[in-house]
Amino acid sequence: MTVGLEHFLVVGALLFCLGLAVALSKRNAIGVLMGIELMLNAVNLTLLSFSRFQDTPHKVAGQTFVVFVITVAAAEAAVALALAVSVYRNRQTVDVDQLNLLKS
Amino acid sequence: MHGAGPNLAFWVLAALTLVSAGGVMVSRNLLHAVLFLIVSFLGVAGFFILLSAPFLGMAQIIIYVGAIAVLVLFAILLTPRAGRDNGETRWAAPGVLLSIALMAVLLFVITDTKWTTAKDAPEITAADLGQALLSTWVLPFEIASVLLTAALIGSIMLVRSPEEEAEDALQ
Repeated sequence: MTVGLEHFLVVGALLFCLGLAVALSKRNAIGVLMGIELMLNAVNLTLLSFSRFQDTPHKVAGQTFVVFVITVAAAEAAVALALAVSVYRNRQTVDVDQLNLLKS
Repeated sequence: MHGAGPNLAFWVLAALTLVSAGGVMVSRNLLHAVLFLIVSFLGVAGFFILLSAPFLGMAQIIIYVGAIAVLVLFAILLTPRAGRDNGETRWAAPGVLLSIALMAVLLFVITDTKWTTAKDAPEITAADLGQALLSTWVLPFEIASVLLTAALIGSIMLVRSPEEEAEDALQ
């Protein structure tokens, strides 16, 4: 059985759902960020599999999109980790259950 | 995908990526979770190379494994008392249920759709990618560089210590 587009899409979907589960269930803010990184990776994988298997006149478009997603992911990781360190300095915790300052 | 090599590579990479992503989910120690995350990133980089995008595979290794994983590791070490515990929040069960439901929907869509696929991989070199980035997509490219600069300056401002801020205010 040869590997086709569906196989790559299934791996991308499984990776995305694992990342979503990590992001929604972790108590540590840095753990949540790791889940988000996994989801971004799954999206990149899906974009590249479409770019590899679909017959389109814009052949470079898929790979260009992946470049931009990687860029935004890097910026997002830097800001989110800086936020985590800054929150830790003020509250001595990055537990997302305890960070409920806005809730009355 | 022709031949046994790419097929074998696909299954090995799929097992590596998904098992280590599961390791991020189950490991109690956050440092172990980062190590699993690195293995998962490497698996995705292998997929990129398998999908005839070797340049992006290398970029994935340099940026994710080299930069983002190290950044996450630094953040864990800089938040010592809270950093090591990787337990679940009280909303864990609904979150896991939601992702299982999403997985069911996605798997149904993927298997139910008749995909029309091209047989041969398009030949895209790093030169083609660079040309496209600096001609067709030059505006998004410039916006992305401004975004990166803003994110860098913003994160430096966020983690500055209060003493440094007081010193700057005096000058």
